[in-house]
Amino acid sequence: MFGFIGSRLLQAIPVLLVVGFISFALFAYVGDPVSILLPQDHTEAQRLQLIKDLGLDQPFFVQYAHFLWMSLHGNFGISYRLAQPVGSLIAERLPATLELAVTASVLAFAIGVPMGVYTGIHRNTVLSRVFMTVSLTGVSLPTFLLGILLILTFSVWLGWLPSFGRGTVVHLGRWWTTGFATTSGLRSLILPAITLGLFQMTLIMRLVRAEMLEVLRTDYIKFARARGLTNRVIHFGHALKNTLVPVITIMGLQFGGIVAFSLVTETVFQWPGMGLLLVQSVTSADIPVLSAYLMLIALVFVIINLAVDLLYYAVDPRLRVRR
Amino acid sequence: MLAHAWDSDLAYSFRRSPSAMLAAFIALVLAVGALFAPWLAPHNPMDVASLSLLDSFKPPIGMDGADWSNLLGTDNQGRDVLSAIMYGMRISLSVGLLSTLFAMVVGIGVGLLAGYAGGTTDAVLMRVADIQLTFPSILTALLVDGVITAALPQTLRDAVQIYVIIFAIGISLWPNFARTVRGSTLVERNKDYVMAARVIGVPSWRIMLSHVLPNVIGPVLVIATLGLGLAVIAEATLSFLGVGLPPTQPSLGTLIRFGDDYLFSGQWWVTVFPGLALVLLVLAINLLGDWLRDALNPKLR
Amino acid sequence: MALLDVRDLVVEFPTRRGVLRALDGVSFSIEKGEVLGVVGESGAGKSLTGVSIVGLLERPGHIAGGQILLDGTRIDNLPAEPMRRIRGKRIGMIFQDPLTTLNPLYTIGRQLTETMQTHLPLSDADARKRAIGWLDRVGIPAAAQRIDAYPHEFSGGQRQRVVIALALCAEPALVIADEPTTALDVSIQAQIITLLKDLTRDEHTAVMLITHDMGVIAETANRVAVMYAGRIAEIGPVETVIRHPAHPYTEGLMASIPSLEHRVARLRQIDGAMPRLDALPQGCRFHPRCPKAFDRCRTDLPDLMDAGATRAACWLHA
Repeated sequence: MFGFIGSRLLQAIPVLLVVGFISFALFAYVGDPVSILLPQDHTEAQRLQLIKDLGLDQPFFVQYAHFLWMSLHGNFGISYRLAQPVGSLIAERLPATLELAVTASVLAFAIGVPMGVYTGIHRNTVLSRVFMTVSLTGVSLPTFLLGILLILTFSVWLGWLPSFGRGTVVHLGRWWTTGFATTSGLRSLILPAITLGLFQMTLIMRLVRAEMLEVLRTDYIKFARARGLTNRVIHFGHALKNTLVPVITIMGLQFGGIVAFSLVTETVFQWPGMGLLLVQSVTSADIPVLSAYLMLIALVFVIINLAVDLLYYAVDPRLRVRR
Repeated sequence: MLAHAWDSDLAYSFRRSPSAMLAAFIALVLAVGALFAPWLAPHNPMDVASLSLLDSFKPPIGMDGADWSNLLGTDNQGRDVLSAIMYGMRISLSVGLLSTLFAMVVGIGVGLLAGYAGGTTDAVLMRVADIQLTFPSILTALLVDGVITAALPQTLRDAVQIYVIIFAIGISLWPNFARTVRGSTLVERNKDYVMAARVIGVPSWRIMLSHVLPNVIGPVLVIATLGLGLAVIAEATLSFLGVGLPPTQPSLGTLIRFGDDYLFSGQWWVTVFPGLALVLLVLAINLLGDWLRDALNPKLR
Repeated sequence: MALLDVRDLVVEFPTRRGVLRALDGVSFSIEKGEVLGVVGESGAGKSLTGVSIVGLLERPGHIAGGQILLDGTRIDNLPAEPMRRIRGKRIGMIFQDPLTTLNPLYTIGRQLTETMQTHLPLSDADARKRAIGWLDRVGIPAAAQRIDAYPHEFSGGQRQRVVIALALCAEPALVIADEPTTALDVSIQAQIITLLKDLTRDEHTAVMLITHDMGVIAETANRVAVMYAGRIAEIGPVETVIRHPAHPYTEGLMASIPSLEHRVARLRQIDGAMPRLDALPQGCRFHPRCPKAFDRCRTDLPDLMDAGATRAACWLHA
């Protein structure tokens, strides 16, 4: 098993290096950090000094190595826009995004899986068709539009839920802030979580349904029926177990998508997370943030891929036999 | 020949499916409205001269102060919402179609190459596709868009923006096409007719284009329809976020963004109607795609 | 009273080109403990018959006529729950491909115990003991250790043995074996057939053995039914059908089997092919290929009629 993890990690390294390289290229060559960081009226001497300070006069690979070294220490440079260290900016925003993403995922899974199972088993009932229509709308409705409509209904017209911000947050440990601990925090979480989760929920539902349909057609299900096993055992034992295996993989990969996708939801709800930071840095061409984001995302995805592989390994006995 | 097409399996499935026909009808209406917007639209929202601030914020039909010349109301500058939607749909649809087309060409090309050549080429190309697929397409589009925009000098930006968007969205979608085409190519490549062609000495590119390609078109079409839906949503999202099309060529997404500011002051129609138009468009596209997928799936017949 | 009695079974498939009759008036019976072989070309309707008996016909196929009686009671019109209780408990089924018939995510022990506990009142410990016993009987070595293994840890032949155990563990009176050896190596085929024979003889279980392999039938069956284009062409004791076939189709089948004893310049075959369900000929379905066809064959569809020791659907014996 450790060989398995080991080989996966080895595969991950080139990916990280490539992404690191792209990030660095961005950092070094796009835009001109020197002119941005200097005040309008600067002397040539000041310019040369800054170039020296930033290490821009060094050969390419030295700069690259330096960049990697700094990144490993969490030093991603200074944001052009906010003049703060990128590292601390991200740390500030991370909890907000993670809490939102986790809530949305849990919601999506908890609702999507049962719906998928139901529509897979009962293909032609009225309820099935209702679910399928809901899922179709979910896929066709862009996240930001859903957010706007939810805000319109629940904040503007009904006034039940807040439409922006995170509510009151509580600090935990050295840098984590949580919105789970206060009512206003929880209330602020509802609309954004639904918005972010709906797309995932419909995806999960359709996936579970498709897998269920496939599985229910297999020979071993036919054989299970021929042995007179009850529908309950067949559907929720045999079929579901086989369905969940590929579903879990995809869900795991999707989680990364949720984290990244949150950028739209965060924009609509002014949720102070990493997504909002990214959007703002794209509009203002804030390269250090962009490049740091790139590296972080790569890291996150590598970790998630690894976790999913491990999960798959744990669930599917066929992968454990290494002959 | 039309009669023969009508009689085919595909058409049969179409005729039997009320949702597919409804979707096709809606899509047709929207497409016609978009295509002929300059002639069909009641007003020209681009024509600054015809706008008057006195007309601003007229509500849609059914509310007080409404007016039949602006069926869906007007926005903060007096622009007719219905006309803006038609023009906006035009842009949304064109960007969507062009980027899907771009993704298709690149994707099919890479897929054919990878599937046919096999070996290292295949492994490398597919690894790249896989890596890109682990990122959600919207993120890829956003990053590509951001990087290129940042790299361009300020003056060029607005003019080229639409092409940058098409490129960015196209780049985010190509792996889907590539993987499917590669899979089908692998299957076809081992079939007798391809072996025969190789033995005769037909050059590889010829084999790929005239023999393999027609056989992999089916799944490609399904992905293309779904891709079109994704592309339209991607463009709308990018425009909504403010990194999409410039305000001079507003797409549905841009319109929604404009209207978002007025939600709390009660002029909801400025954002909701473009939103509904977007949903209808994507819904129609997705329904068609779903039906196409079921119709072309031999296992479900 | 026969254990299984199938009378005039009709199975139809509505398609967009019209309704196809896959089985058109199939009648036969199986006595307790007897082995009935069912042979025929692909598409003749053998598997469909088996599947219809246990009520596992896939939509849009459905039973459009006739009756199926088990121990005198009709089972073709039973609602879902009573039918489920019959499956496994009174009629067992063995499918063709052992590589796909077992759920890859469940241990074989679990698959055995859940089947037994569904139909028999057994405690977990008892069920497990019995499961080990069954694995032993079907010839899986080290049964007590292998019981917690997964299907992919067994070879194809071993998996089919497990399938046989699963089909028999709820102690049914009848087992329908649908091409049980077709997917296996020739060397394993004989072992599996012998196993099936021995086990069913020990338990007095009746077997409906569906196959296209006449050799297996000759070895194993008491009686055999020859199917053609959705109907039974001939049915009778195995010896007689093989040596003195009454129906020209059966004759053709027997003649086309290459013999190990004589060398021939050309293999004999029946010219033509079985007709498609949507292009069935008028009258006897075999007449276009039949060397002995005459006028009546072209117009009237024959039912099974006495032809000496067997019964054949052929106007030659009218």
